[in-house]
Amino acid sequence: MSLLHLAILLPFFAALLIPLIYTWTKKIHTGWLVLPIPVILFIYFLSYIPKTAYEATTASFNWIPRYGINFTVVVDGLSLLFALLITGIGSLVVFYSIFYLGKNKERLNNFYAFLMVFMTAMLGVVLSDNLIVLYLFWELTSISSFLLIGYWYHRERSRYGARKAMTITVFGGLMMLGGFILLHIMTDSYSLREILAAGPAISNHAFFIPAMILILLGAFTKSAQVPFHIWLPDAMEAPTPVSAYLHSATMVKAGLYIVARFTPLFAVSGVWFTVVSVVGIITLLWGSINATKKNDLKAILAYSTISQLGLIMTLLGIGAASLHFDSLSNNLYAAAVVAAVFHLFNHATFKGSLFMMVGIVDHETGTRDIRRLGGLMRIMPVTATIAFIGTFAMAGIPPFNGFLSKEMFFESLVEITHLNLWNVETWGILLPVIAWVASVFTFVYSMIIFFKTFTGKIKPYLLPKKPHEASLGLILPPAILAALVVIIGFFPNLIAAPILEPAVKAILPTLSGADDFSIHIGFWHGFTPALLMTIGVVIVGIFLYKTHRFWKPFLTVKIPKWLRIGKAYDNSMFYMEQGAYRLTMYVMTGWLRTYLNYMLFSFIVLVLGTLVITDSLNFDFSNLTQVTVVDGVLAAVILVTLIGIVFSKSRITSIILLGAMGYTISIFFVIASAPDLALTQLVIETISVVLYLLVFYHLPQFSNIEEKPKFLSVKTLLSIGVGITITLLALSAYDTTFYESISQYYIDNVYKEAAGKNIVNVILVDFRGFDTLFETAVLAIASIGIFAMIKLRLTKRRRKHENE
Amino acid sequence: MKTNDVLLRNVTKVVAFIIFLFSLHLFFAGHYNPGGGFVAGLTSAGAITLTLLAYDIKTVQSMLNINTIFITGVGLLFAVGTGLLGVFLGKPFLTHVFGYVNLPILGKTSLHTATLFDLGVYLVVVGVTLTIIQSIGESD
Repeated sequence: MSLLHLAILLPFFAALLIPLIYTWTKKIHTGWLVLPIPVILFIYFLSYIPKTAYEATTASFNWIPRYGINFTVVVDGLSLLFALLITGIGSLVVFYSIFYLGKNKERLNNFYAFLMVFMTAMLGVVLSDNLIVLYLFWELTSISSFLLIGYWYHRERSRYGARKAMTITVFGGLMMLGGFILLHIMTDSYSLREILAAGPAISNHAFFIPAMILILLGAFTKSAQVPFHIWLPDAMEAPTPVSAYLHSATMVKAGLYIVARFTPLFAVSGVWFTVVSVVGIITLLWGSINATKKNDLKAILAYSTISQLGLIMTLLGIGAASLHFDSLSNNLYAAAVVAAVFHLFNHATFKGSLFMMVGIVDHETGTRDIRRLGGLMRIMPVTATIAFIGTFAMAGIPPFNGFLSKEMFFESLVEITHLNLWNVETWGILLPVIAWVASVFTFVYSMIIFFKTFTGKIKPYLLPKKPHEASLGLILPPAILAALVVIIGFFPNLIAAPILEPAVKAILPTLSGADDFSIHIGFWHGFTPALLMTIGVVIVGIFLYKTHRFWKPFLTVKIPKWLRIGKAYDNSMFYMEQGAYRLTMYVMTGWLRTYLNYMLFSFIVLVLGTLVITDSLNFDFSNLTQVTVVDGVLAAVILVTLIGIVFSKSRITSIILLGAMGYTISIFFVIASAPDLALTQLVIETISVVLYLLVFYHLPQFSNIEEKPKFLSVKTLLSIGVGITITLLALSAYDTTFYESISQYYIDNVYKEAAGKNIVNVILVDFRGFDTLFETAVLAIASIGIFAMIKLRLTKRRRKHENE
Repeated sequence: MKTNDVLLRNVTKVVAFIIFLFSLHLFFAGHYNPGGGFVAGLTSAGAITLTLLAYDIKTVQSMLNINTIFITGVGLLFAVGTGLLGVFLGKPFLTHVFGYVNLPILGKTSLHTATLFDLGVYLVVVGVTLTIIQSIGESD
């Protein structure tokens, strides 16, 4: 186990220790004890930057080698970018949470344990090379996220949000596992690198597209893409540090990581390009439109996260085109991947800071509703500055980093219209148009967040608390992120060469051969179409923001019902439960006769069906014995008693007729030369009739209401069916003797070997005495059971107690 | 109305004895002729059932002061024990041994461990039948 493994598992071990330490260190906020862990990890992963620029680092640890499941860890550019985001923002979030969560009010041990488990899971997802291990960590992120969303479990909304997130992400996770297994079937390997290397060889395999779709399902559910985005707004019930960490910066990007990671494998197929970019662009538009109609700051941020994730997803899809079309020698599609990675980084910074900013506002004013907020700029100037930087970066305004990545986004989209794929000339023009519209809405909600919260008149009578500037501890983490936003906005190349370039090379491995590839993010490109689009976004955005209150009701009210996916989810959950309940209630009636009907019906279907399908119905009567008059008479007697039993109206008639039938059968045994059977049948019949008569007085009468026997009822049909089935089966089986009977052996050896002449008895006690032994045991159990049921009746005992 | 079933009781006294003897015959003849432990057990139980019908349960219980469940257990022990006999002789479970043995009083007698096994079956059947009939009959 290398240092790298320990680095991944360090937060997990910490999570094991936190509850132990928590009780001993009540005086210190637990967050202070946790804080060093992400910081150390962050520094540790920083040390990988120089190394990773040239080659990936691999470390392996055998776990289940027989099945090829080993804890293999690979640090390449993409993994490192994520690891740095996870640990870096993790440090800030832990720091922030120290001031956000009260020491005495909250169950801090739970919070930090969950958070540390999540950190391990996230590091495991991005660093694992083995698909099964990756899946393991993937589910661990779902579980820890579930625990964190439901942190305030006494709130109904928290539990609802946690359940929803769990359902959807675990659904996706399971789909992804299916995809992984398909990959394993195709390549006989669980190693991600080996599978990627085998990529071209399996692209024609029948499982290739199913595996792709399944893995994409996993990625889309985790990254909250339409229509799986519905869990993310409800996950905002989590404490704000959790929202900032999980639901903006890290976990929701796990899906992007998967898409980026599998790009070299699946991008050879055009389906990948289409699905990823179309779903991405729909998510982008849908998220941005919905964000403008929300009143809760966190809800706006949730939808904006969805929208931004859709943007990155689109870019990854477009970037995949460079692998699909060999003719694209230029770096313009690779530029889309650069933009994706760059925006991924930028989004983590500004969205993290925005969430923390909202947390501060919530913490200091007691509300997150933009209708109550306003004019906070004078009271909370530092927070307002952070919010200004974050929102303007999100809107894509220079000089912040969001502007750069958005420019690159537009450029890629303009480029995609030149692509000759499935009439892209006609439909492809939609992509930049949709993206432009979405950007306008992005601009609008960004402005709403900033201006509605911090400008205008302050409304103290609407605020639960008297607002004042937050403490330094709360300010510092978002301030660091905001500073990053500005610094990267001015000097984007600071991170371009060390971090972005290896990441892009990891996504597009074919580029690593080309030496001339290097990223240079310029601030000024001249009057490109992209710049004109941005100017258009600002102009139209300002107009829309000014008229926001006029068209917002249209969005909240007029959106057609079928587009309300959250509602559809609730309904489907409701109807699934209802349906399952009704089905159970319908099928499980509680009547034994219903279940008997089921069993008999399935018996008829299965046996008769098998007979017919295998064509086994053959009747050969050549070997039949001669039927004598006595046989006929006995059969007639049995038939009469049977009819009598079925149609008799009193129970005693039935019992006596049953006895008569038993005696007739014993006569049959006599005719068939089975004296032992006849004897036993006779005595048993007598005793069972006696028993019937013994219990007879305790039994109720048959139903008093005269019932006419219905000939066409279900029971009649079923009993007739069973009779026919059994008859056919017996007739077909009669003449299918494949082997000679073994009874000759018994006849030969009954005296020689067992010193007996009664062959039946010798078989019972000697040749096959083992059966007899357990039949006696069965009898003994039956008698003790009857004894216990009668003697140990609870009601009786209770009555006795009362008498005492 | 209290009936005086003197006829039934007197006949029972004779017949039950005969039935019992018949069951013993069935038991011992089992290896060569129709019969065996099962039928013999049922017939013995039938004899006792007849006395149960003629008298009442308490009288029969005072006549035959036996614990029926205990009989069942003993029967099972016989059956399993006979099986284990084979194991102790180094042969598979339930391997029977037979042969002629000189007994002190009876002289040269043919003996077979299968009879012991059958005795087990017999006891179990008697015990089971009586347990069932008695417990149902006693309940109210």
